[in-house]
Amino acid sequence: MFKNLLDWIEYRIPMMRVANMHALQYPAPKNMNFWYVFGFLATIVLVNQILTGIWLTMNYVPSADGAFASVEYIMRDVDYGWLLRYMHSTGASAFFVVVYLHMFRGMMYGSYQKPRELLWLFGMFIYLALMAEAFMGYLLPWGQMSYWGAQVIISLFGAIPVIGDDLTLWIRGDYVISGATLNRFFALHVIALPLVIVILVFLHIVALHEVGSNNPQGIDVKHPKGSLKEEEKTKFKIHEYYTSKKDIIDDVVPFFPHIVLKDLVAFSLFCMGCSYVIFFNPEVGGLFLEGPNFEPANPLKTPEHIAPVWYFTPFYAILRAVPDKLLGVLTMFGAIVMLALLPWLDRCKVRSVKYRSGLHKINLAVFAVVFVLLGWLGLKPATPTFTLMSQISTVLYFGFFGFLWLYSKNEQTKPLPARITK
Amino acid sequence: MKKLLIALVALLPSLATAAGGGFQYPLEEVKIDLKDQPSLQRGAALFMNYCLGCHQMQYQRYQRTAEDLGIPLDLAKDNLIFSDQKIGEKITNAMPVADAASFFGKQPPDLTMVARVRNPDWIYTYLKTFYVDEKKTFKVNNAVFKDVGMPHVLEGLQGTQEAEMVYDTVDGEKTLVGIKLTQKEPGTLTPAEYDQAITDLVNFLEYVGEPSKLESHKIGTWVLVFLAVFFVFIFLLKKEYWRDVH
Repeated sequence: MFKNLLDWIEYRIPMMRVANMHALQYPAPKNMNFWYVFGFLATIVLVNQILTGIWLTMNYVPSADGAFASVEYIMRDVDYGWLLRYMHSTGASAFFVVVYLHMFRGMMYGSYQKPRELLWLFGMFIYLALMAEAFMGYLLPWGQMSYWGAQVIISLFGAIPVIGDDLTLWIRGDYVISGATLNRFFALHVIALPLVIVILVFLHIVALHEVGSNNPQGIDVKHPKGSLKEEEKTKFKIHEYYTSKKDIIDDVVPFFPHIVLKDLVAFSLFCMGCSYVIFFNPEVGGLFLEGPNFEPANPLKTPEHIAPVWYFTPFYAILRAVPDKLLGVLTMFGAIVMLALLPWLDRCKVRSVKYRSGLHKINLAVFAVVFVLLGWLGLKPATPTFTLMSQISTVLYFGFFGFLWLYSKNEQTKPLPARITK
Repeated sequence: MKKLLIALVALLPSLATAAGGGFQYPLEEVKIDLKDQPSLQRGAALFMNYCLGCHQMQYQRYQRTAEDLGIPLDLAKDNLIFSDQKIGEKITNAMPVADAASFFGKQPPDLTMVARVRNPDWIYTYLKTFYVDEKKTFKVNNAVFKDVGMPHVLEGLQGTQEAEMVYDTVDGEKTLVGIKLTQKEPGTLTPAEYDQAITDLVNFLEYVGEPSKLESHKIGTWVLVFLAVFFVFIFLLKKEYWRDVH
């Protein structure tokens, strides 16, 4: 009976074929370590954001008069509204935690290199869309930091010559941030950008499955057709979409259940961390939810210290490090563009940091430290010492890409093993 | 960026006092205990009697407060609601905004989330450090919140304090480095009783800032226990599947 139903469906839509191709019989390298769980976790967080977001919109009022009070209504009068709201606010930060780790994984193991350039670019577009999504979402509670943070960020566009002022006016829909801005940000936050993100995530996964997953050793598990002996090929059932084009070596496992189980182990730990935040410490000392945001937006009263939420602070620090406003904005966007250009800046043929030169190891480590340091500096007031530190860090940030381009052409790399060793 | 911030500051003179260093009165730590219902109930009574005349809690309802604090609704109705408001209504007063502004220079802020905007230690210390200052409209000033526009509402309980400003020369300039407060006239409470009273009040403000805390801590513990068990099983299952792979 059940079988008949499945057949009936399969005849009309390729349900099992897709499930087999992309999960049950998708080949994933067996040496994927814990750095490989963050894509899965990001997907989980995306689902969480969409679901909690839908329920939040049921009680949220997108107007300058009603927004702040409606958030408190959700927190106090809606059954488990506080849980939905904290899952959403914690999810926003958690999203960036996993995305930053996911990106760093790609940098460590050269996952952006040929043939995964487009995969990396889709990832960068997701990251951009995510930043826009988070920024617009942060305005919605209509607290002091929502208002003034948005004020500062939108005014950045004013630095663009000639069209700057008109552009900021167009973005805000008013001469100051007002209900008009709130309404359009609400529309973009709940419909436009989530749609863009979901589509980009779909393309990201399609691109990934076309070229195959990288691994910590950065060596291929797919070999030219006919180059492997029968006993070298994987014993697992792999979908013929992959096996018909390439020979797949005996170093892979199917995505389901092997990789999914691994992801679920990480998922349960990740959930514990998130639950601790959601239930016991939703503000995380002002990092996830800022104190001034519990005061309604007041256009006549600027908070004494405006700081963006932590996930923007590395770029905020870069922005403040440059004395000229326009140059600062360009440098800030340049910092993101550099990341997107990574597949072409890195001219080395070896992917994984494990087999690359000591110079590259140091360069990458410095980059990681500098990025965290910039994030910390972006939270601090711009005192002369901190500004100097930001300037040095900004130079080092861009230095990473410059050095990489220089040394990667003729890099002293270690020989790659023929097979995955573990 | 800095220029932009400075420009914003220049545009809005009201905030000019906010930034910058200067003397900060050291904050005293307050012991918050949201499980201490008697303390929360006393704090609620203090709030309704002394604060609600001017400050509202416009996002919080009487009924929710009474239920969370273990106060029977009829008792709450008789002892906590001094207006003709119903138990399901929000904790507000009838002071017109225009009047409030003319009485105090600005409308007294809503206190629903004051414990989240400031912090409990700040409020506790603030309520302890009013001192006599004849130059001010209400004849009092405050060591934590300089030139505050609020009268010392709890003066009857605490009594009055005198302040001695301690100056020192820093970088060749006379700078305020400390404020010493001494009791002048006693109030109806001893200092220890007063400390307890404002601890109760701050405890109550902390509760109102985030009423869900009472529930979230309870649920959260079980969620973590469940996830820990889930982790063990999923870990063992993963191990079982991966045993033959390497």
